[in-house]
Amino acid sequence: MIPYKWREHLTMSEFFTLPVLVLTFASGVRFATPYLLASLGETVGQRSGVLNLGVDGVMLLSAFFAYWTVLETDSRLLGVVVGLGVGILMGVVYAIVTLIFKAEQGISGIGIFLFGLGMSELLFLKQVGTPRGIPSFDDLKVPLLGDIPHIGDMFFNHSIVVYLAVLLVPALTIMVNRTTLGLNIRAVGESPEAADSLGVSVNLTRTVAILIGNGLAGLAGAALTIELGTFQNNLTNGIGFIAVALVYFGAWRPLGVLAGSLLYGLITATVTQWKTLGIVTGAAASFTTMAPAVLTVIALAIIARRSADQPAALTVPFSRDG
Amino acid sequence: MHLIRRLSGSLIPFVAAFAALLIGAVIIWVLGANPFVGYWELLKGAFGSGDALADTAVRAMPLLLVGTGICIAFRASVINIGGEGQIVCGALLSTVTALALPDLPSVILIPMVLFAGVIGGGFWGAIPGALKAYLGVNEILSTIMLNIVAIQVMNYLLRAPLIDPLEIQRGTRIPQTERLSENADLPILIAGTRLHLGVVVALLASVLAWVFLWRTTVGFKTRAVGHNSAAANYAGMPFKRMTMLALTYSGAMCGLAGAVLVFGSQSHRFITDGSSFGFTGSAGFNGIVAALFGGLHPLWTIPSSFLFGGLLVGANAMQRAIQIDSALVIGLNGLIVVFVVSSTRVRTRLRQALEMTRIRKAEDDSVQVERAPNHE
Repeated sequence: MIPYKWREHLTMSEFFTLPVLVLTFASGVRFATPYLLASLGETVGQRSGVLNLGVDGVMLLSAFFAYWTVLETDSRLLGVVVGLGVGILMGVVYAIVTLIFKAEQGISGIGIFLFGLGMSELLFLKQVGTPRGIPSFDDLKVPLLGDIPHIGDMFFNHSIVVYLAVLLVPALTIMVNRTTLGLNIRAVGESPEAADSLGVSVNLTRTVAILIGNGLAGLAGAALTIELGTFQNNLTNGIGFIAVALVYFGAWRPLGVLAGSLLYGLITATVTQWKTLGIVTGAAASFTTMAPAVLTVIALAIIARRSADQPAALTVPFSRDG
Repeated sequence: MHLIRRLSGSLIPFVAAFAALLIGAVIIWVLGANPFVGYWELLKGAFGSGDALADTAVRAMPLLLVGTGICIAFRASVINIGGEGQIVCGALLSTVTALALPDLPSVILIPMVLFAGVIGGGFWGAIPGALKAYLGVNEILSTIMLNIVAIQVMNYLLRAPLIDPLEIQRGTRIPQTERLSENADLPILIAGTRLHLGVVVALLASVLAWVFLWRTTVGFKTRAVGHNSAAANYAGMPFKRMTMLALTYSGAMCGLAGAVLVFGSQSHRFITDGSSFGFTGSAGFNGIVAALFGGLHPLWTIPSSFLFGGLLVGANAMQRAIQIDSALVIGLNGLIVVFVVSSTRVRTRLRQALEMTRIRKAEDDSVQVERAPNHE
């Protein structure tokens, strides 16, 4: 028997070996993907001035329908499409609630969350019952880049959803900063009155942004359930809420959101790896699980001073008659 | 922020609830069960007997306490989504109190554990309050994050320092405390039922909240800050202190709910299932539903909580009768929230229309009075 204090030391040094670090990093990138997809969507929505707190509910509902589709049809592609579709459908609902009925966004989002939480559990228990495995995504090795030692395994040997999420970062950056749609989205998020007086339809632009946001949340849900290869009640466990916080963390920029998501994914992967290696055991694992939340609160407190980045009309409904 | 005026009560919540139940009926029907049978069993399970009513009252208790706190927070224009975490913190501090002083007589111990709950929850509410007031941190985000932190603190404490020594001996290691001191058991009010003192505590708390909001200067300031922060600021009201106070008070109510949940529970232990939902029954969220349904008025939140408590109790009866999981009610609660907050604009329009007709009628009357002498 190795004495306890040495054993701890030993396993910690086990963690700091190249293969384990590469493995942890690679799984961190995978863990980051649902955060990234959801918070990229939320970024687009918030840039147009709409806060969607219901991301977690949308993710849960989409995840269930994606899971169910894969279970019944064995087609992962169809599952992803269904997840996206459910997300967009929830987007239509949210657009009606926020833009036509001008509901208080901080509260209506909680309603959407509860709806998704309850309905996904109900449908899962009724239609599936006991969790059954579904095939998860295949890893796709990028030619040439995937063969670079270590780096290849870390970045270029993942499922298609991971690449898609990462490619969305430059795509959305260009969309927001360089296209007419992006300009309109930023305009209605900063000053809807000014945008309106220049002939930009505030509600139409916000609808598009909401649909993109919810669609990506749906995609995030589908990606999560298929990557895990299973479904359970409250599968997301708050990922959607953290995704909203990551938008603030990333200062409403896709690149910042990418950094935040990666950080979250890496912390999650490290914690999981430590548990596997037995570096943290039992009750102490709670502290490593809460660490990201504590970090987020601290980060929010630090960046709150930079709130100049926040879209000026965030959560403010627009109507012409004032 | 005209949150208050837009949310204050009328018939609309009932329309919203009816619409949600209608959608629920369609969902039940689509899933191949009979909605009429389901709802009838739900109603019977919730209000059909003395036992059912007692269970409903017990289930309504945390909703009422959380809802009362929500009334105060929302009226100060602070959105507190940290109910779950605040409930957990209140429960933890009160549990520690009971474990530390198990031999105190009930008369002292019960008020002490309840007070510990208030302090624990209040502290957990004061953190986002201070962050918002002095650093400008969005309270929606900070309360959500603090929920996660509180749940993990609970998991840690119940798995290691506070765990029942028997669980370690047996090696089962179920994360729960030992049976807490009998002196801290909340007394049963009607023998044979589960109705305990916690229900009275919750009722008192909501009446006190009403007195606070409408009969004290601080309460007036709280409402003023929420109603029109610029004007309140201009009138010299301390915006920052009011914001912090509102979140602290809101958290304290949730913490009290946590203490009552522990000491009014059947097992008289604090048990975790790893998430907060197992312990709180999502009261941190459902309390928001009850408060919104009660028009953000502490007294109206009483019948509203009773109604939602009944929905939760009855859902189990429905599940047994037609095999539709009780999670349906969580989903319907979500719909009710969406409908209630969506109806505020409709309601404002309606009120404006009513006001206009009244003004027109008054104008017509005065015109007639003026003309009356000329006709003769």
